[in-house]
Amino acid sequence: MSAEVTMVPQTTPTAAMIRTLGLISAICGLIIVGAYQSTYDAVQENKRIAVERAVFKVIPSAKSIVEYWALSDGQIEKVGAGGTAQAGAIKFFAGYDEPGKLVGLAAEGAAKGYSDYVRILFAYDPSAATVTGFGVVSARETPGIGDKITVDKAFLANFPLEAKLSDDGMVLAHEIRTVKHGSKTNPWEIDAISGATITSRAVGKGINDTAQTLLPRIAPHLEKLKEKS
Amino acid sequence: MSQPTAKTWDEFMEGVWRQNPVFVMVLGMCPALAVTVSAINALSMGVATTFVLICSCALVSMTRRFTPKEVRIAVYIVIIATFVTAVDYAIQAISLALYDALGAFIQLIVVNCIILGRAEAHAAKNPPLPAMINAAGMGLGFTIGLFALGSVREIFGAGALFGVPLFGEGFQPWVVMVLPPGGFFVLGCWLLLFAAIERRKQRKLVEVTENV
Repeated sequence: MSAEVTMVPQTTPTAAMIRTLGLISAICGLIIVGAYQSTYDAVQENKRIAVERAVFKVIPSAKSIVEYWALSDGQIEKVGAGGTAQAGAIKFFAGYDEPGKLVGLAAEGAAKGYSDYVRILFAYDPSAATVTGFGVVSARETPGIGDKITVDKAFLANFPLEAKLSDDGMVLAHEIRTVKHGSKTNPWEIDAISGATITSRAVGKGINDTAQTLLPRIAPHLEKLKEKS
Repeated sequence: MSQPTAKTWDEFMEGVWRQNPVFVMVLGMCPALAVTVSAINALSMGVATTFVLICSCALVSMTRRFTPKEVRIAVYIVIIATFVTAVDYAIQAISLALYDALGAFIQLIVVNCIILGRAEAHAAKNPPLPAMINAAGMGLGFTIGLFALGSVREIFGAGALFGVPLFGEGFQPWVVMVLPPGGFFVLGCWLLLFAAIERRKQRKLVEVTENV
């Protein structure tokens, strides 16, 4: 202790500090790049599997899926078929069965829930113009209350849900809405879970927001989508 | 020659038991309370932290001779952040579900005071091997602490352990256990238990000395 007090304060030369920091940064940089390179393929593969699994879950009869962009000018194009996504483009998935017939479409929807955005993936059956079901992509709702949306039998009985386009094909004929528990009267309404109204509403709003813009864009191209290309 | 082994074992057990980061030092409470909603989350978090702890202590110890003390904290943080980034990628590669469950708390290992504390208090003054052994002990202690919280919370809060249901259909989950208050509650119970054991030990010690 006393030795430290009597010691003349020594300053380390700046060069030594720079040298040390430079060396450490170089070593650390190498380690990070190494970790990134060696895990890159596995991470991409995992992400792809996660998306596919989610799509297969909402379109159970699908055997293969094709990803599309629905562009804001009304065109659709395959994901990865040249060029990057344009502003306002919405991604959707087309699920095909073994012989290559369209069995359903899926798209993501998101709306503010109780504690964070509830992101869902919902399936749309173009032949019946209904939303057939949904799966949760990410949500941080209260365990035991808000997360009941995927297991509550009465809530899941809301699907299939009517999602017809209006006569001019620009919007949905009826806005998909979540109504209070027990007051559902129309096939396009979602009966909320009692006690989890906010989360239920987020599901309805998430589906509605995406469906309102996506479905009118897809409608003219349904014939083209029918067969796997 | 038996002395170094005894000392090594002592260094290792220091973190596991006497200086247990969760139950004795009450360090790293942020991840300890936040991610311990299930046994598997707790265990993965513990393993990830242990890995960062061992690797960063090794590197800090190796570079200790030419690290000027003015820049040592910056050096520690860069080293720790590097290994956290590596762990971050590794967890994404292993399981995205786990990555989502642990969320921001993987990145937050950077500012975990256990690791910075080990680097400053031990690794910067000791050769690599003892530093790594000490770090491994601390990491194991932290993992045990997290597991103790996570398993209790999962058993009561979800009626399962490692996702395997324990009680059958009739069990009504004690939901508060997987919510934040449950974390404090379980931690409090464990601290109480440890304090009781400690007090009992001391009372015995007093009795022994009085008898002598």
